[in-house]
Amino acid sequence: MSVAAAIKAGDAAALPGKRDEDWRWTDLRGLIRQVPAPSGALDIAALPAGPFDALADEVLIVANGEGAAHIGVEPGEAKTVALRIVSRGDGAHAARVSVDVEVSGRLTILESYEGEGGYLAQTGLMISLAKDAVVERIVLAADDAEGVTVSQAEVDLAPGASFAQTTLTGGARRQRLETRVKHPGGHADLRLDGVYLLADKRHADLTTSVTHSAVDGTTQQLTKGVVRDQARAVFQGKIIVAEGADHTDARMGHHALILSDRAEVDAKPELEIYADDVSCAHGNTVGALDEDALFYARQRGIPEDEARALLTEAFIGEVVDRIDHEPAREIVRGWVAERLRG
Amino acid sequence: MLSVSNLHAAVEDKEILKGLSLEVPAGEVHAIMGPNGAGKSTLSYVLTGRQGYEVTAGSATLDGEDLLALEPNERAAKGVFLSFQYPLEIPGVPALTFIRTALNAQRKARGEAEITAPEFLKLARAKAAELKIDFDMLKRALNVGFSGGEKKRMEIFQMAMLSPRFLILDETDSGLDVDALRIVSDGVNALRSPERGMLVITHYQRLLDYIRPDRVHVLAGGRIVESGGPELALELERAGYEKYARAA
Repeated sequence: MSVAAAIKAGDAAALPGKRDEDWRWTDLRGLIRQVPAPSGALDIAALPAGPFDALADEVLIVANGEGAAHIGVEPGEAKTVALRIVSRGDGAHAARVSVDVEVSGRLTILESYEGEGGYLAQTGLMISLAKDAVVERIVLAADDAEGVTVSQAEVDLAPGASFAQTTLTGGARRQRLETRVKHPGGHADLRLDGVYLLADKRHADLTTSVTHSAVDGTTQQLTKGVVRDQARAVFQGKIIVAEGADHTDARMGHHALILSDRAEVDAKPELEIYADDVSCAHGNTVGALDEDALFYARQRGIPEDEARALLTEAFIGEVVDRIDHEPAREIVRGWVAERLRG
Repeated sequence: MLSVSNLHAAVEDKEILKGLSLEVPAGEVHAIMGPNGAGKSTLSYVLTGRQGYEVTAGSATLDGEDLLALEPNERAAKGVFLSFQYPLEIPGVPALTFIRTALNAQRKARGEAEITAPEFLKLARAKAAELKIDFDMLKRALNVGFSGGEKKRMEIFQMAMLSPRFLILDETDSGLDVDALRIVSDGVNALRSPERGMLVITHYQRLLDYIRPDRVHVLAGGRIVESGGPELALELERAGYEKYARAA
């Protein structure tokens, strides 16, 4: 049973848990003894502004599972849409959002998760790109420390399409941000980036899966994170190159900084390659801040806290710099700086 | 200016400096020469407060102020600058951003106003031109992908920008060809002034042809074993460090 179905059925036993290989580091079943009562409706007019409202042609709000749930882009059309997924209170809710971008359409999705309370929320997104469509999706997940969130996006690319995604999260009580991409090759391009900045007892799980099914596809993936206190991050990245998907070029990098003894990072990068003529690579590092670089900065007069912030911001900056949409990139940069210096 | 007295320091419980004493008055350039393993780099790290270098006895003061009690960044704000033997790469931080952050942190620590962006850029352009540094290089991440010579030049550029009172040059000549050595030395010599002191740490005499020291000290076995005028450097170049070997 899916997470959405378990929520709708109020069946906690049907939630995924540590016995499910794919969920072993993000155990929902062990955490949630009873699915909370369904969330009540929200007064949208009373909500504060979202982080990207000012940059968007349209603002769509899905509040406690209710609200506008479709984004359509006509052939050749270009637009920027802010998609706000708002959760309030201690109830449970699930929502579905579909995104269809027609031939040569261009869309920037500025998606935000805005939570307050001890909710259990699931959002399912179906994102479909026709031939030569171009989409950039930026996800800023600002969930509550008490919230439990699952976001699951299915992305379906047509040949010649380009999909670039950057997911940034501060975590939650338990949180899973999942992206599954069907990659048809045919000179379609995929960028799948992530950032997690976790403190206190927060948890975040960035799980991605990309299946290259035919020749000539590229995937670039870079995820970086910083964990401190007793926070826990999970990165699961899988790239499958099917038989016959020759000339696939896929690169995956995951790099984490652990800033306290009690913080934890679990990483599982996987490449499954069934084609012969491919160029695939992955790199994974988990470590502490470079003490030599820290001393160097301090010798120049930069106080320790500021030097640490400078170096960690620079570490995360490599991912942020890859965001194409410049105003969104600067909002994201500010969000990162605030979290690292706060 | 710099006064070091009976300094003992250990790294991982191994004593490296064993009673080092040294006086560098304002306006003078002193060279420290010595064989490998004599404690030259240890001295520079102890004076700048690197973690892992434990002072077990003795003192080091700058104009009477106890350096050893200060954090590394506080020592920098007091005007102590170390040109590293192996400058670190700082990925993701453009050189200009790094230096401006450092300059403003120092100013703040001294109770001075921050430098404005236009003032800073004007200063950076002028100093870069003097040191023949391509200005575009300063927009790149500090030292990332730079050659050994470029990194050393960047150290001198930072020195020129931060305008420290006391300079420590740790093996600044290593990795430099003759042209780069001349540029770097010109940059250092431009900073010579009656208010500044300098400690030039080097294994070879070559650098001292370009940066003429007032005094030369031989460091061996964790102590200064001989001091003299510039002629001492030439003598060392000729005779080597053999006669000091038993001190180590």
